[in-house]
Amino acid sequence: MPPLTLAAARIDTGDTAWLLASTALVLLMTPGLALFYGGMVRTKNVLNMLMMSFVSIALVTVVWLLAGYSLAFGDDAFAGIIGGLDHLGMAGIGPDSVTGTVPTLLFTTFQLTFAIITAALISGAIADRTRFAAWLVFVPVWTLLVYVPVAHWVWGPDGWITNSLGAVDFAGGLVVEIASGASGLALALVLGPRIGFKKDAMRPHNLPMVVLGAGLLWFGWLGFNGGSALGANGLAAASLLNTVVAGCTGLLGWLLVEQIRDGHPTTFGAASGAVAGLVAITPACGTVGILGGAVVGLAAGVVCSYAVAWKFRFDYDDSLDVVGVHFVGGVVGTLLIGLFATASMTGGKEGLFYGGGLGQLGRQAVAVVVVAAYTFLVTYGIGKAIDKVMGFRASAEDELTGLDQTVHAESAYDHGVLGHAAPQTAALAGSAHVPTPLSKDRSPSA
Amino acid sequence: MKLITAIVKPYRLDEVKTALQELGVHGLTVTEASGYGRQRGHTEVYRGAEYQVDLVPKVRIEVVVEDADADPVIDAVLRAARTGKIGDGKVWAVPVDTVVRVRTGERGPDAL
Repeated sequence: MPPLTLAAARIDTGDTAWLLASTALVLLMTPGLALFYGGMVRTKNVLNMLMMSFVSIALVTVVWLLAGYSLAFGDDAFAGIIGGLDHLGMAGIGPDSVTGTVPTLLFTTFQLTFAIITAALISGAIADRTRFAAWLVFVPVWTLLVYVPVAHWVWGPDGWITNSLGAVDFAGGLVVEIASGASGLALALVLGPRIGFKKDAMRPHNLPMVVLGAGLLWFGWLGFNGGSALGANGLAAASLLNTVVAGCTGLLGWLLVEQIRDGHPTTFGAASGAVAGLVAITPACGTVGILGGAVVGLAAGVVCSYAVAWKFRFDYDDSLDVVGVHFVGGVVGTLLIGLFATASMTGGKEGLFYGGGLGQLGRQAVAVVVVAAYTFLVTYGIGKAIDKVMGFRASAEDELTGLDQTVHAESAYDHGVLGHAAPQTAALAGSAHVPTPLSKDRSPSA
Repeated sequence: MKLITAIVKPYRLDEVKTALQELGVHGLTVTEASGYGRQRGHTEVYRGAEYQVDLVPKVRIEVVVEDADADPVIDAVLRAARTGKIGDGKVWAVPVDTVVRVRTGERGPDAL
């Protein structure tokens, strides 16, 4: 995002109109994510998966308005690390308050939608086995202790990553993608693998839902990235076009790998590749040209199509590949700024290929390491604490029966004949799951 | 009387039904089934992870006929369901003691 100029203090109606629209677009991404994730899990957990995203909208909104906004975007309280408490409960902010060229209340809401989807993204790493009550506790705590500081470092007034270090994260490669990916990995380790991981087939139950979700994410991402220009201008247009381009090259890159490696271009691969490209262009969309955007998307599509298999090799059950797609895609995009950043977009900073030397790449790398380490470690601590106090993982019986029935007392589909959903057994779903690139490793783990 | 059970490829169901109707078979029961024989399932790939699905979808057709009709019915199923490829299925017949029509209480061959 461009630096906020508080001196201007005048509302621009064009900028405000575009940010209003963008805010609505970004809010739609979370239900889109719910569908994207919901289609990937088994029939017995689809409602629970939808709920983990959907309830995040409510949880994060409350905590954001109470304290999150003030700590992230209030005046800096300490060395670019955290904002002050002046605006707790949105105190002192009314319809006339201005941030940049838009009403502060709009800026707050736009930023809120980012915080919501970042929390919701984590749920994919712990699908099928999370205690719902623990998730309700985790989301507000995580928002305050993990999301809010990182948002302040990168986008807050005098935040140290942008202002002292000089790394660039236009729309959330660090704040959203790397933060959610590293946090997802931490929780996947705290909870442990699902019963039957690497043994039973855990196929996506509804790929059309996955594709629809990916489409809604892409649609909303135009507001996510385009809106991050915080104005209705050329930078917004360039970011928006980069967002279209990188989604396309990510999709094509993933399909290319699948065709060569697996022999089939899959629907799931197309949806995943588009999202991988979108993830990677998020930090870069306002810093690279169209060609750079195409390369960023393509690189993410190819790299992430391999990264999703790491969980089988290293035995962490990142169920829906939050690490493989969001963390890895976020790292790819954030680092490639160091190669492809162009002064015509950034207004100064340049990457290696545009005459800027290696300096920017180094700054990007430092930011990646710091944000990944902080978000991983603090999330791991929060996860362990919640696990100790109330238990983070569902009981084995609930997990095997399915969380839709045991947590929510509902069934997603009326397929049963006796008033309940048809029982699911591993035998009916298939078995002997063999990760392709690693077919030597067939030993069941759980 | 005989109970004839046929497990066949789902896409041959219409042909089998037509063939049995032409023979004068009045009724039959069809259920969706899963299983494997020599065909042994198929593989699917999701995000690069390969899944071996052992059980393949089949339909199970059941019909009760008089003893004398058993062989013609079996032959008709064979002709209609055969593609010559692996996975065409099985047909078998077992004796049936009693059949009762629920509506009227008729017993034996009259109930067919």
